[in-house]
Amino acid sequence: MSDTLLAPDVATYALRLGDDALVLAQRLGEWVANAPQLEEDVALANIALDLLGQARSLLTYAGASEGQGRTEDDLAFLRDERAFVNVTMVEIANGDFGVTMARQLCFSTYQLGLYDVLRASSDETLAGVAGKAVKEVAYHRDHATQWVLRLGDGTDESHNRMQAGLERVWPHVDELFEADDLERRLSATGVGVDTSTLRAPWDAYVDGVLARAGLTRPDASWLAAGGRRGLHTEAFGHLLAEMQHLHRSHPGASW
Amino acid sequence: MSEPRSTQEWPLWEVFVRARRGLSHQHVGSLHAPDATMALRNARDIYTRRSEGVSLWVVPAAAIVASSPDEKDEFFDPAGDKAYRHPTFYDIPDEVQHL
Repeated sequence: MSDTLLAPDVATYALRLGDDALVLAQRLGEWVANAPQLEEDVALANIALDLLGQARSLLTYAGASEGQGRTEDDLAFLRDERAFVNVTMVEIANGDFGVTMARQLCFSTYQLGLYDVLRASSDETLAGVAGKAVKEVAYHRDHATQWVLRLGDGTDESHNRMQAGLERVWPHVDELFEADDLERRLSATGVGVDTSTLRAPWDAYVDGVLARAGLTRPDASWLAAGGRRGLHTEAFGHLLAEMQHLHRSHPGASW
Repeated sequence: MSEPRSTQEWPLWEVFVRARRGLSHQHVGSLHAPDATMALRNARDIYTRRSEGVSLWVVPAAAIVASSPDEKDEFFDPAGDKAYRHPTFYDIPDEVQHL
């Protein structure tokens, strides 16, 4: 990478990807001891921990690129809502298992496409994180796919709830593929990924799953936007309060 | 929202893990899953998340035929006093290793 000029861009970019992973990890962690089966508790916790690992690497790198001495903990626990730059999809409340699986299918398909391209980034750290994470996310997508197929093609009740889950998540899909100037600058220099190129493969995969599951691709009646600019949904403040409470109440606490 | 509960429990599966190439699969435990595909995934999540294995088998617990405790006497006791079945009556030369 051509370092100093790009560093602030890279810091923001790593923060975006790191926030996506961190917030989704927090959401999935809420399922622990609440999932329909003990086996799913463990599966969702595993996925959450994969994402948390990605978040740690990315936030650490964001702090280093920013050059103001902020650590991963500073970034995770001491920023306020407007400073988080994750997409709004990852902050959608868990809802029932159908909503969570719809969110998992949509997000992991996006994240897999993104990491797959990012593996070839000219930025060694980003390429390294993506290279390791791509295998993890391939499993996340498979896990969600298996469940969407079974719930969509299951009983009337499971089908209806899976369809309702998709309807809940769908308004947040377009935001995933909204490229801005920063992203275009970084993809032009081979550091970042132009997410608009990920849309067609995303559609192909998700449409394929929905067709096999007998589910209908929703028509979003409204579109979420603004997560990358720090504009979040109401649910996000509550998530942050829970996630940051311990660290803010006991600064510097450690195990 | 109504929460209709399934009255049917998921079937039980027995899980076997091969720790590394060259070893045989060992029974490590069991889990519940709706079908074989999900059983394999649950097994991956529950029994290999700390790098315990390179290969997994899942077997429907109902497919396992087990010896009955009632047959314990005729099945296993007769072997108890047949010490000559153990290969311990040979002198092993000192040069032979790894036995």
